[in-house]
Amino acid sequence: MDTFQDTVFKLKRYWADRGAIIQEPYDLEVGAGTMSPETFLRVLGPKPYKVTYVQPSRRPADGRYGENPNRLYKHQQLQVILKPTPDDVLEQYLGSLEAIGIDLRKHDIKFEEDNWEAPTLGAWGVGWQVMLDGLEITQFTYFQQCGGIDLDLVPAEITYGLERIVAFLQNVDSVYDIEWAPGFKYADVRLADEEQFSVYNFEMVDVPLLWQEFELHERECQRLLNLFRETKDQRRFPVLPAYEQALKCSHLFNLLDARGAISVTERVGIIARVRKLAVGVAEAWVEQQNPTAQEAAA
Amino acid sequence: MADFLLEIGTEEIPDWMIDGALSDLHDKFQNAFGAFGGNALRMQASPRRLVLLAEALSERAPDTQTVVQGPYLSAGPKAAEGFARKNNTTVEQLGTLPDGKGERYVFHQLVKGRTVADTLRDKLPEIVANIHFPKGMYWTGKGGVRFIRPLRWIVATLNDHVIDFEVAGVRSGNATRGHRILGSKEPIPVTVATYEQKLRDNYVLVNPAERKARIEAGYVPGTETDYTLMRTLVYLTEFPSVIHGSFDPSYLQLPREILSTVMRHHQRYFSVLKPDGSLAPEFVAVTNTDGDPDGLIRKGNERVLRARFNDARFFWEVDQRKKLSARVPDLAKITFQAKLGSYRDKTERVVRLAAEVAAIVDADVNTVSLAALLCKCDLTTDMVKEFTELQGIVGGLYAKAQDEGEAVATAIYDHYKPVSMEDSIPRTLEGQVLSIADKLDTLRECFKIGLIPTGSKDPFALRRAAQGIVKILFEARLPLPLMESVVDVPALVPFLKERIEFYLRDVLGFAYDEVNAVMAVPIGSFPDLADRAEAIHYIRPTEDFEPVAASFKRIKNILKQAGITFADQPNPELLADGPEKDLHDAFNRVRSQIEARSSYREKLAAIASLRPQVDLFFDKILVNDPDPAIRQNRLALLHSLLTKFSSIADFSEIVTEGGSGI
Repeated sequence: MDTFQDTVFKLKRYWADRGAIIQEPYDLEVGAGTMSPETFLRVLGPKPYKVTYVQPSRRPADGRYGENPNRLYKHQQLQVILKPTPDDVLEQYLGSLEAIGIDLRKHDIKFEEDNWEAPTLGAWGVGWQVMLDGLEITQFTYFQQCGGIDLDLVPAEITYGLERIVAFLQNVDSVYDIEWAPGFKYADVRLADEEQFSVYNFEMVDVPLLWQEFELHERECQRLLNLFRETKDQRRFPVLPAYEQALKCSHLFNLLDARGAISVTERVGIIARVRKLAVGVAEAWVEQQNPTAQEAAA
Repeated sequence: MADFLLEIGTEEIPDWMIDGALSDLHDKFQNAFGAFGGNALRMQASPRRLVLLAEALSERAPDTQTVVQGPYLSAGPKAAEGFARKNNTTVEQLGTLPDGKGERYVFHQLVKGRTVADTLRDKLPEIVANIHFPKGMYWTGKGGVRFIRPLRWIVATLNDHVIDFEVAGVRSGNATRGHRILGSKEPIPVTVATYEQKLRDNYVLVNPAERKARIEAGYVPGTETDYTLMRTLVYLTEFPSVIHGSFDPSYLQLPREILSTVMRHHQRYFSVLKPDGSLAPEFVAVTNTDGDPDGLIRKGNERVLRARFNDARFFWEVDQRKKLSARVPDLAKITFQAKLGSYRDKTERVVRLAAEVAAIVDADVNTVSLAALLCKCDLTTDMVKEFTELQGIVGGLYAKAQDEGEAVATAIYDHYKPVSMEDSIPRTLEGQVLSIADKLDTLRECFKIGLIPTGSKDPFALRRAAQGIVKILFEARLPLPLMESVVDVPALVPFLKERIEFYLRDVLGFAYDEVNAVMAVPIGSFPDLADRAEAIHYIRPTEDFEPVAASFKRIKNILKQAGITFADQPNPELLADGPEKDLHDAFNRVRSQIEARSSYREKLAAIASLRPQVDLFFDKILVNDPDPAIRQNRLALLHSLLTKFSSIADFSEIVTEGGSGI
């Protein structure tokens, strides 16, 4: 039986063999693999890209104090971006399932419609949830728009829910019973995380402090975006650091939301503020990647 | 004769869009190729293919003639010869036709009908690319073809010859694809004749009816059938097989509504009933495989279901830690509509409105008020966040578990009902009141800020809300004067009237003119409205009614022409003996009869009894008497007659035989 990390190794190997860059997780708090610049920024513009990485994804509202066998504050996504989408993308995807030991002839695979939208990122796509014997194991999305920009090349985003897949492979009912490495369960590695962050997120977060942080990061992001408009040297301009500021805001929004600190009237406005940052970064990035068009315009 | 097969191969199409896509493809094909005749088109589909079979098409469209206009005869022989030469003919072969300016040469040109093969090749790319889907995507890059999912192959063969064309970079051919897992990994060449069998050999049953039959054959006794779920499963599979699983009976302690929702909506399983009608700890699932010899698929599905049920049990337990009544303030955090504030705001309005409605229809105000206060609180529970379709129902179940009382619980449980014209109305008076208040509030507030449904756009399901109110008021016969509660929202008046008319016509079965007649006077309460319509419908076939109705129309026209909108009582002293006085006497008699009688049937019978006097009046009396005083008095008599007897309905709306021209 493969351990959690064996399955991760195999998926990385599989996509590496198909030309993907193997990246490491992004080192900031994000809600999904999509938010890593490896996806959010790389899908923009005309340059092909192929990348695979595991992204620990934080969703404060999904925390359950480690008491629920299937729900986690932080879960692990294995993210694959194929840009442009190869014609046989679904065959390749099915091949990856066989590579981690799923005999497709003995199991039931269905592709059920599931479209994806992230209002704070100005992003949406269409696709499926992939069901294996009634279990949703993957989100498959053809990106159509990101940062409010129609995509030149349509990428396929394949997001494997690692805990679910491995619980299935190991035939355990609770994610905490997954064998992560020989002799170490998922609970050994992550339970303390779940317990402590649930307590913190739901009960102890300092709301005024988070608001302050939100505003500081927002201000910094906006300051950079404004400077980008004026700078002569766009090539080296810190668009990526600006994006990190936007990601901070997104995570702080999730924390405040989980804490119940955002009222109705505020909510719509806050989403719009984060979205404005994300859209601004996306536009700057596209411009920065395409200096010839810039010079032609100048 | 030629047979044509078109298979559009795609990645998995959302199941609910397939029927619509097939019917659109059918119509587009019919429009484009109708000239080639042929049998009725056969349409089939699976998740990965839309299929059209056109049998017995003509090889060639019929020839047609067109008339090419030439020079006038007066232009001389040179012009005629030139025209003939241009059309590859001789002057002798030309015809002549006169027009306004003189006689001119014409050439009757025979246009050979195009071959079906050429026509298909030319028109199919556009037809395929334009099949309508509710939501499209592009995949070849910005500005490329939009389709529901990427196109991957196209089979287009006419009597086994490929019709060669291209859509979105996909070239048509004669090769289909089998089942993703069970079929050949290579393209499979087919002809019209071998298509179905080749697919069957590769584990694709292309005929949806066949897939449905295969699913039904796998039912176990007690399988709870479900049309919508069946259609979904038929379009989610290419080769369906049925598995039969079970779950731990201890989960049956969870409410049946929750178990059914998990099985049906989330897992797409059929539930199974015991002979006594209660839920059995079993399910029927449909796979896209040729079986489950090792039982792995069954075990996997059982495991998923166990996790789902565990979640539900967990949600139930966690949710009980905070009672619904303690959740009211939390509603401030849930948006009802951006401009309309939170559910806390909505709740306050509904509590007030529900209490007002309760007082009018004599419902228990305490029950209604408490139910209204708690009815949206389940939106803050984990259970409803997970199973949104159970909103209301979960609130009802929780209210019961938290001892808010059976009446309150039932009212909350039912308050979204009726969700369709087929759905039943809330079971209790208090539930009906809450449902009306909730829907009426939504309608009033949305209309106030201009969120008014247009065409097919109705994001807040306001039509359904209005129809729900109307259905409750009619079915439960609640004496609520609905129109009075929307006088401050004028746009709602015609909107609600439309729903009422629809209900009277399409549900209660009244003729449109009967509906117009009762709707033309103040609407009042719905039971009264239904009674009036019923009475007209009943009295209508009797001998005197329609003639009287026709006379009312005549009276209305006379008054209109005379410009009379208001008149005093007629002065009896100015009335002439004979028909005029007789009519006045009859009027007084009928008026007192109407006041004495209670049923609308009797009242209408009394009005109909006016016929001899009315007929005689119009036969013998000239309303337009030269003496203005007499004339005015006659108009006043007619005016009293019309207004006194038009509170039940406007009889002039009744369409009578030969009566419309008066």
